[in-house]
Amino acid sequence: MLKRFMGWVMSAPATALVVLCLIVPVGATIGATFTTDAGPLGSYLAFLGSGFRRTVLWRTLEIALLTTVFSLLIGFLTAYVVSRAPARWRSVLIIAAVFPLLTGVVVRSFAFLILLGRNGMVNNALVWLGVEGAPFPMLYTQGAVIIAMVYLFVPLMILTLVGVLENIPDDLIQASSSLGASPFQTFRQVIFPLAVPGLIVGAVLVFTGSFTAYATPQLVGGESVMVMGTFLHQQAMVAFDWDSASTIAAIMVVVTLAVVLGMTRIAKRLNPMST
Amino acid sequence: MTGRLHPGLIAFAVLVYIFLMGPLIIVIGSSLSDTTFLTFPPQGLSLRWFERIFEMAAFRRTMVTSFQVATLATCFALIIGIPAAYALNRYRVQLPGWLSTLFVLPILVPEIVLGFSLLRSVQVGAGLPVFSTLLIGHTLLVLPYCVRVISASLASFDFSIEEAAISLGSPPWKTFFTVVLPNVRSGVIAAFILAFITSINDVSVALFLTGPGISTLPIQILAHVEQFFDPVIASVSVLLMFLTVAVMAVVERTLGLTFLTK
Repeated sequence: MLKRFMGWVMSAPATALVVLCLIVPVGATIGATFTTDAGPLGSYLAFLGSGFRRTVLWRTLEIALLTTVFSLLIGFLTAYVVSRAPARWRSVLIIAAVFPLLTGVVVRSFAFLILLGRNGMVNNALVWLGVEGAPFPMLYTQGAVIIAMVYLFVPLMILTLVGVLENIPDDLIQASSSLGASPFQTFRQVIFPLAVPGLIVGAVLVFTGSFTAYATPQLVGGESVMVMGTFLHQQAMVAFDWDSASTIAAIMVVVTLAVVLGMTRIAKRLNPMST
Repeated sequence: MTGRLHPGLIAFAVLVYIFLMGPLIIVIGSSLSDTTFLTFPPQGLSLRWFERIFEMAAFRRTMVTSFQVATLATCFALIIGIPAAYALNRYRVQLPGWLSTLFVLPILVPEIVLGFSLLRSVQVGAGLPVFSTLLIGHTLLVLPYCVRVISASLASFDFSIEEAAISLGSPPWKTFFTVVLPNVRSGVIAAFILAFITSINDVSVALFLTGPGISTLPIQILAHVEQFFDPVIASVSVLLMFLTVAVMAVVERTLGLTFLTK
């Protein structure tokens, strides 16, 4: 009799932890946004009614979207080279992508403080080259945040896509070229369509990761490039406005879930391997 | 598989790898500088900023906290994650499909939202101490890695071996430890390492769960950078990179690094 519930018994501790310490607290945070003094939707109307808050939301979406597009482009082309490289080189290149990925976000963002600061390497080089107007203010700009985030997510994209591209059978590529397709046509009509599911997975990872990032925008963007993550922290820990912080948290959850669910649907439909 | 690659593509990949490695090399270089400000290339070589880390009580203390939290959270996640992964594979028929999604939820929910919600409901709401809440947060954060990596190992485990042991008279719990667990050893090691490194590097959850005397290393680094711009942060970063190298060496020995592309 016990045997019928054995699966439940063994997964019970992990289930209990996720339900009690994740679903309940996050649910409570989201629930709290509907029970403020301003009425059920009051906190959201207040959020969208404030020009500053709208700007933060749009800026975050813009940064996340641009980061995703750049990471996709750079990651896909690099992963293609890695997947077609000789075996010995391939493992070196994979190690070189894993190393930054396992190094913490703080360390990798901090590197851009040294690079992009007013007396940073890039500005020193520009001054040395005699570029007019140098040094430029580069840190604490939206561009700096995007560059640092692309840096953060390209390794993840490379590793996601190398796995997908390696699984494309060589026969397919040979068949395509022996039937007269140019390398570019093969790339566009055979390799790219087969890589689409991987591209979607990578895009979801990068978009949700950069939409909810905290450390990089905080270090590289500071107060002048406020995004949802840094804004949530500021409202919760500096302004102590937990209603406002909860509203930001709820919007982040909704956007993340919408992107994940929406893209998974599209991925299923586009997968050329499925019938 | 050495198809012809366009030279332009190869040049592009080389540039991308320079972009990936460059900033890390600059951090290493700056950590060796003899100056009191951050600069690259380093002016005068010295290891004094590495000594300085250990002279500063805040760094020593947060390093210890980070290691304690990472070790304990990873162990807890393995203790509850291994049976869950086992159940998902062994009792696939009796368990609903959404259960495996449930264990991935900590990755789907934005970390910063999890951190804030734990502060709101568990630390302030339920009155749990800061350290316990931090531990709960990190256990949740690393649980998906433990369940998924060990599930993947168990997927290729032939459960008829276990049945054979049991039918030959071995008690089920003993069979689990002597037959099942040794077969997924490499999965457990990989899960441990991935979980540990995730916890050590976490910012977004720990951000809300620090209190008087309790903080983690990444949070301390963030706080320090906001006030000072000296090479000590570069030195701490290099120490963390050593940790990464050590981790990669262990993964390479147990599973091979290509494991991470799957």
